[in-house]
Amino acid sequence: MTALAVAAPLAQSGPVIPNFGRGDDCIRNNGKFCAQWFIDNFNARFLPRVGEHIKMTAIAIVIGFFIAFAAALIAHRHRRFELPFANVASLFYTIPSIAFFQIMVPITGIGLLSIEIALVSYTLLILFRNILTGLREVPGEVKEAAEGMGLTRRQILLRVELPLAVPAIMAGLRVATVTTISLATVAAFITPLGLGAPIFNAIQSGANTEFVAASMLAIALALFADMFIVLAQRFVSPWARARRGSS
Amino acid sequence: MSDLLNFFADNTQLLLEKTLAHLGISAIAMVVALALAMPLGVYLGHRHAGSFLAINISNVFRALPSLALIAISLAFFGLSRLNVEIALVALAVPPILTNAYTAVDGVDPDAVEAARGMGMTERQVLTGIELPLSWPLIFAGIRTAAVYVVATAPLAAIAGGGGLGDIILNQPTYGLVGVIAATIVVVVLAFAVDILFALVQRAVTPRGLHMPAELVTIVPAGTDTAVVAKDAAATAEHV
Repeated sequence: MTALAVAAPLAQSGPVIPNFGRGDDCIRNNGKFCAQWFIDNFNARFLPRVGEHIKMTAIAIVIGFFIAFAAALIAHRHRRFELPFANVASLFYTIPSIAFFQIMVPITGIGLLSIEIALVSYTLLILFRNILTGLREVPGEVKEAAEGMGLTRRQILLRVELPLAVPAIMAGLRVATVTTISLATVAAFITPLGLGAPIFNAIQSGANTEFVAASMLAIALALFADMFIVLAQRFVSPWARARRGSS
Repeated sequence: MSDLLNFFADNTQLLLEKTLAHLGISAIAMVVALALAMPLGVYLGHRHAGSFLAINISNVFRALPSLALIAISLAFFGLSRLNVEIALVALAVPPILTNAYTAVDGVDPDAVEAARGMGMTERQVLTGIELPLSWPLIFAGIRTAAVYVVATAPLAAIAGGGGLGDIILNQPTYGLVGVIAATIVVVVLAFAVDILFALVQRAVTPRGLHMPAELVTIVPAGTDTAVVAKDAAATAEHV
């Protein structure tokens, strides 16, 4: 009698699938996406990752923007600086992200610094080209008119060229942000930060819901950021839309 | 440095095999993306309709993180080549679609009108006038897409393997030297693809067609030509 009682649970225990503390049927069977588990774990497991992801992206975009902006201003005034900077930036751009992060590790260690160096490098080409294109496409007549009105070079840059370049600059920011959100998921390969962490973690453990949920959050974050920048663009350059509407 | 050279010397066969697999994965993704995006872009451009559709499909696809796509399809298709191809196709579609649309849509209306006036059918207008005038920009898009795909294909190793990603993601086996060696091969491949398509782009440009300066100069690898072209188009719209 006692022997049977002991044997029964043993016979029942099949493969051990982690149920993360809650075991509804979906999670026990490792369903593709268990909504209940996702909701239960959102605050503890996913929300901090979303925050990290936004932080990683924001740092990279801000630093990348300042570097690219300075480089574009220099290249705008002195054409010979364009090619060297564009070539270095495009070399960075062709390095596969998953390799870039690994290569940074022996140099700057496992951590945020390595991630940011790689992410910033990827933003440079897009931002630099868009800022420079925006500045260059300001019509010559407009600049001449400004010169005729007695504006200095500095005033022309600040009051004429930069405002007219805003749509192109915002377009660059948009692509750079979306690209950085995408690449930041790969960063988790070296450091468990951002939404890539649950993705890599769950790919190894095979917990479907965890990586499907993290992936969907990453996609949602990218689409949301994309929309946010489009709205911001309309806000900071209302004249662009007004003109398009009138033409 | 000598470690790196040794790795190349000792693993020539391995690198060669992985490079071929890498090119195979990339080629499949490019063929599928071309089949999806080219006809749609050219058709919408020819009709001068659906700019909203063409631009927005591109923007949505552009926003999709490759790793997230691979992970999601991993849940549904298991470990297979399909995951990777889905992610790479999503990566290649935006530049091809945007450029095909922008190119055909932007063909000089006078040239199209003249062709219609000469009695050309719609089909003849498309194949005889619009497409030849669009090839340079269309190929610029294909070229950007190809560079993206080759540089992103290493992620393939997460979802079933194949290509140089097998080495890049397996630092425990091949060491950092192996990672760097495989990375160098990927970068060289990306530049080679870029130069190859630049040559094709030049070859398909009709003689006498005046090209914008930024398309004539060899655009550095990975440059988002589509973005530049789109900005140019947007600026043209304002004027």
